[in-house]
Amino acid sequence: MTQPLLKVEHLTMRFGGLVAVNDVSFDAKASQITAVIGPNGAGKTTVFNCIAGFYKPTVGRLTLTNNGTPHLLERMSGNDIAGKARVARTFQNIRLFPKMTVLENLIVAQHNKLMRASGFTLLGLFGWPGYSKAEAEAVDLARYWLERTNLTDVADEVAGSLPYGGQRRLEIARAMCTEPVLLCLDEPAAGLNPRESADLNTLLRFIRDEHKCGVLLIEHDMSVVMQISDHVIVLDYGRKIADGPPDAVRNDPKVIAAYLGEPEDSAVAQGGV
Amino acid sequence: MTVAERLKDAIMAAAVAALLALPLIGFETVDTGGPLGIKTRFDYIAYAAIVVFLGRLGMRIAFDWRRSYRERIVQAEPTNIDRKELLTVLGQKADKWLMPVMIGFAIVMPFLPFANRTVIDLGTVVLIYVMLGWGLNIVVGLAGLLDLGYVAFYAVGAYTFATLSMHFGFGFWETLPLAGLLAATFGVVLGFPVLRLRGDYLAIVTLGFGEIIRVILLNWQPVTGGPAGISGIPRPSFFGFPFSADPPEGATAFHQLFGLEYASIHRIIFLYYLILALALVTNLFTMRIRKLPVGRAWEALREDEIACTALGINPTNTKLTAFAIGAMFGGFAGSFFATRQGFISPESFSFIESAVILAIVVLGGMGSQAGIVLAAAFLTLLPEVAREFSLFRMLAFGAAMVLIMVWRPQGLLAHREPTMRLHPAGTKPGGGKP
Ligand SMILES: Nc1ncnc2c1ncn2[C@@H]1O[C@H](COP(=O)(O)OP(=O)(O)OP(=O)(O)O)[C@@H](O)[C@H]1O
Ligand SMILES: [Mg+2]
Repeated sequence: MTQPLLKVEHLTMRFGGLVAVNDVSFDAKASQITAVIGPNGAGKTTVFNCIAGFYKPTVGRLTLTNNGTPHLLERMSGNDIAGKARVARTFQNIRLFPKMTVLENLIVAQHNKLMRASGFTLLGLFGWPGYSKAEAEAVDLARYWLERTNLTDVADEVAGSLPYGGQRRLEIARAMCTEPVLLCLDEPAAGLNPRESADLNTLLRFIRDEHKCGVLLIEHDMSVVMQISDHVIVLDYGRKIADGPPDAVRNDPKVIAAYLGEPEDSAVAQGGV
Repeated sequence: MTVAERLKDAIMAAAVAALLALPLIGFETVDTGGPLGIKTRFDYIAYAAIVVFLGRLGMRIAFDWRRSYRERIVQAEPTNIDRKELLTVLGQKADKWLMPVMIGFAIVMPFLPFANRTVIDLGTVVLIYVMLGWGLNIVVGLAGLLDLGYVAFYAVGAYTFATLSMHFGFGFWETLPLAGLLAATFGVVLGFPVLRLRGDYLAIVTLGFGEIIRVILLNWQPVTGGPAGISGIPRPSFFGFPFSADPPEGATAFHQLFGLEYASIHRIIFLYYLILALALVTNLFTMRIRKLPVGRAWEALREDEIACTALGINPTNTKLTAFAIGAMFGGFAGSFFATRQGFISPESFSFIESAVILAIVVLGGMGSQAGIVLAAAFLTLLPEVAREFSLFRMLAFGAAMVLIMVWRPQGLLAHREPTMRLHPAGTKPGGGKP
């Protein structure tokens, strides 16, 4: 077997005295949906923030192997992880550019590519034709994802005016416009109605199968997880308590205990952010 | 509100005004030869109370009237609740017709019948502020970086121009790019360490930077001339043809070139067109760069820095470019200022200048090019108009600012035109792709 797309080894993240993530190791493979689940405050978002470079892990190694080139994520800045290692992410509390239009959101996502095409602005200022071509291609890519996420009709609306479900989909479209090899989604189905949730499953399968992109998915909704994930990792109090295919994980007594909760522990678990 | 309630409210406001007015305007110090004497002016307090009483009453009535008007409209047409206000619509149209109209007016202004020396001079001052506003707009309006020390770059441009033209004999057109470049370099030097800071912190650091530059200008005697400043800065020539009644041997003066009678107003008009051209270049540049990746990244950064990082945008570099380019235009404006005045001193670059420029950007409606013109005209002409009441100038200035902020917190013409569209023939025609 070749290297997995993302290899997380002994990841530990401390905030002062609090150990949010404690010695977690797992792999995520290309063309697979890997779900990270766990009760509130288990440390799921913190794992994402370490992968995306928003936090520097206290201990641990994060290796992303993209076309045979390894990138050591823990040593890279957040924007290099997105730009060079090609890891894209969405946020638990949606982070769009609310006053810009939907289309502009998707064009900003292609910034680095367009920046080079515009000769770092100099050529672009003087209307260099190569830039117009690059921009047209960027719009084509944006249009492709707008169609996939059903946002074509609202492409010229400001992003902040979209309904909640639309904003969630736009955030995924924007992440995909960076042409990532690994897409990290932090609770993409939160707040969606059953129908939107089903559409999201279709979209995620499409991303996995057609774009050979690895998907790392945080999700609370067990039914979503069981339906679409190829591999499930369960965190509880910052530790990994289970790792395996969905069916095996579902019947794991430790997972059931963590989700149903021992009475005295559940109050602590609620304290998570 | 009933009439009694309104009256009570107005009397309360008048009482507060009288109380405040007692120490503020109730006493006047007079020179009695020996120690300072104090004269009371209780009549002034009465005036203040009456004015506040009437004003408050009028305001209440106006508010009630507006509310009932709104309610009537909502009842009549329930769909019309988010009826667009005049200025919002104006803001949307501004880029399309307001700008061309204003530019057209600016071009013909010196030849209109009312245009005398004073008017053209005033126009020049307005245009300097328009240019500064447009320059700062790149930093504050587009990139969302609150810069309270913009005047520092204006000063760097002015002093660069003065030094280079006086000691090295550089002409205006040679010095202009150098002054801009140096100001931009200062922008990068300042920006590099501080652009990690956000919001208020950045504002404080830039404020400090503005003061540091002023203090350096005051104290670096050999180069800047200290508090006395630099005088005798060469006046601009018309591309090598000086504006003078008796040009030096071998040179052709402007009026000889065109076979005109010598008139000192020629230079005033030339300066006016010079700053108009510089301002228009700034505008053109901003309009273009908004549609380029950097421009979009600036706006995205203003909206959400964390999301930008997650998309691979380097926030520090992107902010630095905004800071440097904004500084460059400040430097250009400074050069113009130096050559127009012929004399510069640190006094021209105090914090109040930064504040006025920032006020222009905020009042105009962050990011709105046309709004900045209106705000610049308003803020520079208001003190001129209120010159007779020069004692109350700052008061009027403050009152106007408060009114506008209450009435339109988003600025006069806050409207953002998308930089590109997917459906050009959509609801709003004409906004095609760049
Ligand atoms: N920046 C931070 N500083 C201090 N503590 C933090 C920080 N970020 C997270 N934590 C703590 O780390 C723990 C794990 O938080 P995290 O957000 O990763 O949980 P989560 O699994 O994503 O939970 P949820 O399902 O509620 O989103 C929590 O106890 C939280 O309070
Ligand atoms: Mg979370």
